Amino acid sequence: MSRIEALFARKNPVFIGFTVAGDPDGERSFGVAATMVDAGVDLLEIAVPYSDPVADGPVIERAHVRALRAGTTLDDVFALVRRVRKHAPDLPIVLFTYYNVVHRRGPERFFSEAAADADGVLIVDLPVEESDEVAPHAVRYGIDRIALIAPTTSPERQHAILREASGFVYLISLEGVTGERDRLPPGIACLVGAVREKTNLPLAVGFGVSCPEHVRIVVEAGANGVIVGSALVRIIEEHSSDEAAMDEALATAIRSLRGGLVPDPEPDIPRHKRVEG
Amino acid sequence: MKPGRYGIYGGQYVPETLMSALIEVEGTYARVREDPEFSRRLSWYLHEYAGRETPLTYCGNLSRDLGCRVYLKREDLLHGGAHKLNNTLGQALMAKFMGKRRLIAETGAGQHGVATAIAGAALGLPVEVYMGEVDTRRQALNVFRMELLGARVVPVVSGTRTLKDAINAAMRDWVANLRETHYLLGSCVGPHPFPRIVRDFQSVIGEEARRQILEREGRLPDTVVACVGGGSNAIGIFSPFSNDDVRLVGVEAGGEGLESGHHGASLSAGSVGVFQGALSYLLQDADGQACETHSIAAGLDHPSVGPEHAMLKDSGRVRYEAVTDAEALRAFRYLSRTEGIIPALESAHAVAYALRAAGDLDRDGIIVINLSGRGDKDVADVAMIHGGAA
Ligand SMILES: Cc1ncc(COP(=O)(O)O)c(C=O)c1O
Repeated sequence: MSRIEALFARKNPVFIGFTVAGDPDGERSFGVAATMVDAGVDLLEIAVPYSDPVADGPVIERAHVRALRAGTTLDDVFALVRRVRKHAPDLPIVLFTYYNVVHRRGPERFFSEAAADADGVLIVDLPVEESDEVAPHAVRYGIDRIALIAPTTSPERQHAILREASGFVYLISLEGVTGERDRLPPGIACLVGAVREKTNLPLAVGFGVSCPEHVRIVVEAGANGVIVGSALVRIIEEHSSDEAAMDEALATAIRSLRGGLVPDPEPDIPRHKRVEG
Repeated sequence: MKPGRYGIYGGQYVPETLMSALIEVEGTYARVREDPEFSRRLSWYLHEYAGRETPLTYCGNLSRDLGCRVYLKREDLLHGGAHKLNNTLGQALMAKFMGKRRLIAETGAGQHGVATAIAGAALGLPVEVYMGEVDTRRQALNVFRMELLGARVVPVVSGTRTLKDAINAAMRDWVANLRETHYLLGSCVGPHPFPRIVRDFQSVIGEEARRQILEREGRLPDTVVACVGGGSNAIGIFSPFSNDDVRLVGVEAGGEGLESGHHGASLSAGSVGVFQGALSYLLQDADGQACETHSIAAGLDHPSVGPEHAMLKDSGRVRYEAVTDAEALRAFRYLSRTEGIIPALESAHAVAYALRAAGDLDRDGIIVINLSGRGDKDVADVAMIHGGAA
């Protein structure tokens, strides 16, 4: 059983954290990842920094810029993944990347290197129309290819995407780029429900999830996992001059966000009744 | 072969959220191509509003100097001052047919932004233009023109603050607003179907030029030259000549020289990569990160190029050459004095190549240069470079 499969079999729902490799710099990037894992991130998404991250909003884009300014290379990213793997042997790790990085390295070589310590690869700008360029390598090296489904994805495309998906499915909560939002769009439960009918894979929802209340909304929509990116990346940006404060703020934020995974500890009478009835 | 491919190049390398919009644009384009009402309206706008057809000017002074017969295809005389309006009128009309209520665009030199602002004003669609903050400074006149035309100009401060980041910003806007917004991409770059749509709307340049030269000279030219940024004016004039025995030359931004690393010559000095939605040639580092580029011409200051050009380079059908900033500046002043025509700095690259290559043609040789735009937008910048002296 893969680490991703084992995680979702063991825990439901799960908390997925996102960080850009090399942010804020090569050395502290490992500290960030370790802090996140120690504070309760169940699955870690590590992004390969890229010069033109078009799916990302300003907060994550600035993280890509910081990492590249710090000189982060793809080799550094794989080295970081290796260190995190040593730190947390059972932690599922997904590499999040833009396609040109894969293309430039050569898809076969990229997947063979990724498979050494990562469990999944998510290529944000490689829709199913183009995925034949990587599909055989993912299979050959036994690494999950995490598929994305957006609110704008038609039912026919959902079917085509799910035919190739493995590990879990990443549902994009909103029409837009990554970044914190005051509120999540109302259609999440519909999207989760529609995709649930078509697959047995776990479903994780990301984009815009910014606070414990959002986490709760996503879980109540029926998702098996919640992905938080910008809200954590922003903490790195705001504390880049003080590592201890950064670690503490990250850990605090993760613990607080995780609070949204479970129903309010306060007995909620109407809800309780509903469950019983 | 997968749809939207030029040989191995092209494709649709975009986030999933955008796929529905690309599918919608593709469907609309297939529909309007067959729609006589669309053709009639576009034709009206091109002829009655934009001023087509543009002249193919025989340049006597230039021809005497160079020792061959030189013609300029005068896209500088198109309304707005560049070829860009051919595409923006077509796509803005498409947006109307799709029921979109807002246009967004990227711009480098500002010409595409101006052309989008014009089309938006003419067709009653509000326009927002993303422009790298560096470019808003070096093309300040065009910022003012866009605003005069009622468009909102959004300076982009991320990344290198030039054209590529303006495209990124426009794509981010589109992902968030695709139900009501059409992204009016300005060159034959980006994901399918944009390279195809832009080429088709720009092919009017080559169709006219081919007919005009046959009328004038009774034969086809020996050489057709155009500058290549994203490649839209070039593909527009090349396409109708592609099955003819005519040498086609695309001229890229050589910046401070290819050896310097400061240039925008993706075909001459780049390698194959995926960028902003398409597989093409790209200026990139060992890890696939896009390189910083440089050109004196903001419209050529871009790390990649349209996928059809990548195919045409590999097949050898088109030759791609690079011209430096200094050569382009010389051609800028030369054409102004010799013919009384101030070219855009982008177009000056094509003129500069013609100056270099004319020696290879004999007396009766015919060369057609696509003068993609006029140089008013560049006058202040050039004056600064020359310390205020013309
Ligand atoms: C006058 C002119 N020519 C050429 C270009 C380059 O674009 P393309 O290669 O798409 O024609 C520009 C771009 O801004 C331009 O303004």
